[in-house]
Amino acid sequence: MSQNNKTPHNKNQATFILDGKTIPFTEGQTIIQAAMASGEYIPHLCFNPEFKPHGSCKICTVTANGRQAASCTQQTQADMVVESNTKPINDERRALLQMLFVEGNHFCPSCEKSGDCQLQATAYELNMMSPHFDHFSPDRPLDSSHAEYLLDYNRCILCSLCARASSDVDGKNVFSLAGRGIKTHLIVNAKSGKLADTDFTGDDKAAHVCPVGVIIKKRVGFAVPIGKRSFDEHPISATPHPKVRDV
Amino acid sequence: MLSQDNTHSDYLDSILSRHQHNTHNLLQMLREAQEHYGYIHSEAIDYLAQQLQSPRSMIEGVASFYSLLYLQPQGDYRVLFSDNITDRMLGNIDLMESMCGQLWVEVGKVSEDGLVSINTTSCTGMCDQGPAVLINNIAINHLTQDRINSLCELIRERVPLSGWPLEFFAIEDNIYKKDILLDSNFKSGSALAEVLKRSSEETLQEIKTSKLRGRGGAGYLTGSKWEFCRIAVSEQHYVVCNADEGEPGTFKDRVLLNTYADMVFEGMTICAHVINAKKGFIYLRGEYRYLLDHLNAILQRRRQQGLLGNNIFGHANFNFDIEIHLGAGAYICGEESALIESLEGKRGTPRNRPPFPVTSGYLNQPTVVNNVETFCAASLIGLHGGAWYADVGIETSSGTKILSVSGDCARPGLYEYPFGVTVAQVLADCGAKNTQAVQISGPSGICIAANEFERRIAFDDLPTAGAFMVFDESRDMFEVARNFVHFFKHESCGFCTPCRVGTSLLSNMMNKLANGHGSPYDFTEIEKLNVLLLSTSHCGLGHSACNPVLDTIAKFRPAYDKRLTHKEYIPAFDLDYALSQARQMTGRDDTGAHLERIHVSK
Ligand SMILES: Cc1cc2nc3c(=O)[nH]c(=O)nc-3n(C[C@H](O)[C@H](O)[C@H](O)COP(=O)(O)O)c2cc1C
Ligand code: SF4
Ligand code: SF4
Ligand code: FES
Repeated sequence: MSQNNKTPHNKNQATFILDGKTIPFTEGQTIIQAAMASGEYIPHLCFNPEFKPHGSCKICTVTANGRQAASCTQQTQADMVVESNTKPINDERRALLQMLFVEGNHFCPSCEKSGDCQLQATAYELNMMSPHFDHFSPDRPLDSSHAEYLLDYNRCILCSLCARASSDVDGKNVFSLAGRGIKTHLIVNAKSGKLADTDFTGDDKAAHVCPVGVIIKKRVGFAVPIGKRSFDEHPISATPHPKVRDV
Repeated sequence: MLSQDNTHSDYLDSILSRHQHNTHNLLQMLREAQEHYGYIHSEAIDYLAQQLQSPRSMIEGVASFYSLLYLQPQGDYRVLFSDNITDRMLGNIDLMESMCGQLWVEVGKVSEDGLVSINTTSCTGMCDQGPAVLINNIAINHLTQDRINSLCELIRERVPLSGWPLEFFAIEDNIYKKDILLDSNFKSGSALAEVLKRSSEETLQEIKTSKLRGRGGAGYLTGSKWEFCRIAVSEQHYVVCNADEGEPGTFKDRVLLNTYADMVFEGMTICAHVINAKKGFIYLRGEYRYLLDHLNAILQRRRQQGLLGNNIFGHANFNFDIEIHLGAGAYICGEESALIESLEGKRGTPRNRPPFPVTSGYLNQPTVVNNVETFCAASLIGLHGGAWYADVGIETSSGTKILSVSGDCARPGLYEYPFGVTVAQVLADCGAKNTQAVQISGPSGICIAANEFERRIAFDDLPTAGAFMVFDESRDMFEVARNFVHFFKHESCGFCTPCRVGTSLLSNMMNKLANGHGSPYDFTEIEKLNVLLLSTSHCGLGHSACNPVLDTIAKFRPAYDKRLTHKEYIPAFDLDYALSQARQMTGRDDTGAHLERIHVSK
C-alpha cells in the first residue's frame, strides 16, 4: 500500500459506506474509529477513542456487509457497506440500553452525573421511554472511603474504561472486573475492598473516564446546574465525548 | 482450622516455584493454593500478588470468575450436586435435601461447625451414572438414598476421603457400541511411526483428504485449521486439546481420556509435527481432576517411550511435549478463545475475533485448538490414511461420531456410529421407550420431537458435539428448558450486555411461567430476546442461550400452555409472593394476610 493511501481526502483513499455516505478510513481502523474521525456518530458506551476497544456493551452494533458486528472492534474493509442508523438496529440498541438500566440502579434525578452521563444521553438519543424489563434492583453498597472520590457502584455498566485507564495510562491497576455472569462487578485493588486503601488519586486518568456516574468527585455537588450540562446543551450525537468536567 | 502463624509462604513458595512465578500459570497456582485451606485465603492473595508483582485485584478478578474456586471459607467437605436435567430426572434434588437435613446445613451455605457445605453445580459429565456429586472435587456417582446416608455418616465422622470405600469413587466407561475409533486397539506410537515415514506436508494432505471436521461442535475442517496455523509465520506454534467438555449431557471426552489417552496424545503429536509446535496443552475441566494423575502417568510413559520430548522417534528436531492445565468450573472456557485466555491464567472471557487462534492464540502465537475426539480421529488417519477415513460415514460427514447417551433409556453410555445414523436407530440401540424428545448436542443444540426421529446425525442435518439426552413421555419439557436456561444464566461469562443481562431476563421469564404468572405476551418477549441475543452477543453461548426455550415452545407447546393462567400480561413482581416472607416471620397465614391466592413457587 502506498504512503498516499494514508493521507485523508486523497482520491485513492480507501473508503467504505456508512448509511449511504462515503467514509474514508486508514488501515487498521475499526468502523467506529473511522466514522468518528469523519464526524459521524454511532452510539457507543464502552468505546472511548482514547483507549483500546473493548467490545462489551454492544451498543455500537451495526451491520457490516449484512452481518451484525460491534463497530468498535470490527475492522473496516474497503467498500464495506455499513448500516447503523436504521430502525431495527436502533430498536436493538434501545433494548440493550434497557438491559443496562434494569441491571443496575439508575435514579437519574438524584445522580450527580445527570446531564453528563452517556448512558442517559444515549437513551434520550434513542428515544428510550421506559426501562421495559423488570428491574433487578441489585444490592450494591457505595464506597465513600476515599477523601475526594465516591464510588457509586449502583450505576456501573461494567464497561471497564476505568480499568483500562488505570492500567494503560496511570500504570496503577486500581480497578478490575470480578465475578462472573450477572454477578460480574467492579473491584478496587485493596484487600479491604475500599478505594481509600488504593493508590487512586483525582489526577488519575481513571478518575475521569467513567461514562456514567460511578466515580464521582466529592463536594462539588451540582456545581453545574442541571439544564446546563453537556448533553442538555447538545445531544450526544453532536458531542459524543464532551470535555471532561469534574463531576 | 486456620493456622495462626499467617505465613502462607509455607505452601505457596513451592507452588510458585513449581510454576516458575509465571502469571500465565495463575489459575493453576490458585487451584493448588486452594487445596490447602479448601478456599483461597485473602492473605494468600496478598502473598501471590507480592510474589508475582501483580495487582491483587487482578488475582481476585481471576479467582472469582471460576465457580470451583472460593474466596470465602467452605466446609471441610464441599459437596456439589451435579444439576443437569438428567440428574434432576434421577432425583438429585430429593437426595440433596436429604443430605442437607441429615447434616444440618442449607443449600449454598456452610454448616455452623464448618464441617460441610452443600450446593449445586453445572453438569459434571457423569450423566450416564448419575445422580452425581463432587466432594472436594472428587466425583461420586450412582447416588441412592443408601449411598447418601453412608456419605453423611462418613462426613459426620470426619473420615478423610482417602479412607472412604473405594467403590464410591468407581467411574464406569459404559461403552455400548464401538466402531473404528473405540474398537481400534490402538498401540501407542503406531500412528506416529506411519506419520514419520511421510513429510509433514503429506500428513497434512492425509488430514485434508480425510475431510475430518472438528468434533467439538463447530465442525470446522481440521485440515484447513492445521494448514492456516502451519503457514502462520511465527517463532512458536501451539497445540491445544480442548478437554473442557462442559456441554451438559456430554461425557465422551471423559471416557476417551480415561481409556484412549494414547490416541489423544498421539493425535496432538501428529498435529505438532504438521504445524511445527514444540508445546501442547490439554485444558482439562476441573470436574475431571480425578483424571490428572492417570494422564500425567501416561505422558510420563510416552516420554520414556520416546514419543514425547526431544527427538521424537529419533527424528532430530522433532521436539514436542504436553502439559496439562486444569480448569476450575467455567463452561465458557470450552469456547476456544476463552480457553486460551484461561490457559494464560486470566478470566475466561472470549476474545474479539478476528484474529483467530490459528494466527493469534496462546500468547498471541499461532495455535490449533481441537476437541479430544478430533485428535483421536487424527491418530486413526495418521495410521490408516485419509482415504480410508473418508470412506466411513457419509458424503458431508466423514468418519464416526461418538454419542454420549443419557436420560430415559435402558443403557446410557457411549455409542459410536458412522455419521448418518438416524436418531431412531440410536434410540433403539440404547433401549429407549416411549420417547417424547431428544436433546441433541446439549442445551446449545437442538431439541427434536418424535416426528423428527428419522433425522440423521450429520453436519448437514443434526450436527452434534456428542450429547444425546432422551426424554420419555412422562417428562415435562418446560422443566427441561428451564433447567437449560438456568445453566446458561449460571455460565454466562458476563462480558457482553446482551448475554449477561439477557440470560437472567430469560431465566426470570421461565420462573415467572413456572410460577403461573405467564401470558402469551411473554412468548413474544422471549422471541425478541432471542433475536437480540443472536445478533448482538459476543460469542456462541449468548447466541444459543434461547434455543432450548424456542425449540420447546415450538414443539411442546402444551407444556407451556398449561402454565398460562393469564391471557393478559402481568408483571413478574408479585406483591403477594413478596408478602409471603412477612407472613412467615409473623407466623400469619389467614386469608387477611394474603392478597390473592396461594402460590406454588419454589
Ligand atoms: C460456549 C461454548 C462452549 C464450548 N465448549 C466446548 C467444549 O467443551 N469442548 C470442545 O471441544 N469445544 C467446545 N466449543 C467449541 C470450541 O470453541 C472450538 O470450536 C473447538 O474446540 C474446536 O475444536 P474442533 O474443531 O476439534 O471441534 C465450545 C464453544 C462455545 C461457543
Ligand atoms: S465504574 Fe464506570 S468506567 Fe468503570 S466499569 Fe463501571 S461504568 Fe465503566
Ligand atoms: S455471549 Fe455470554 S458468554 Fe459469550 S461473551 Fe457475551 S456474556 Fe460472555
Ligand atoms: S461501544 Fe462497541 S461494544 Fe461497547
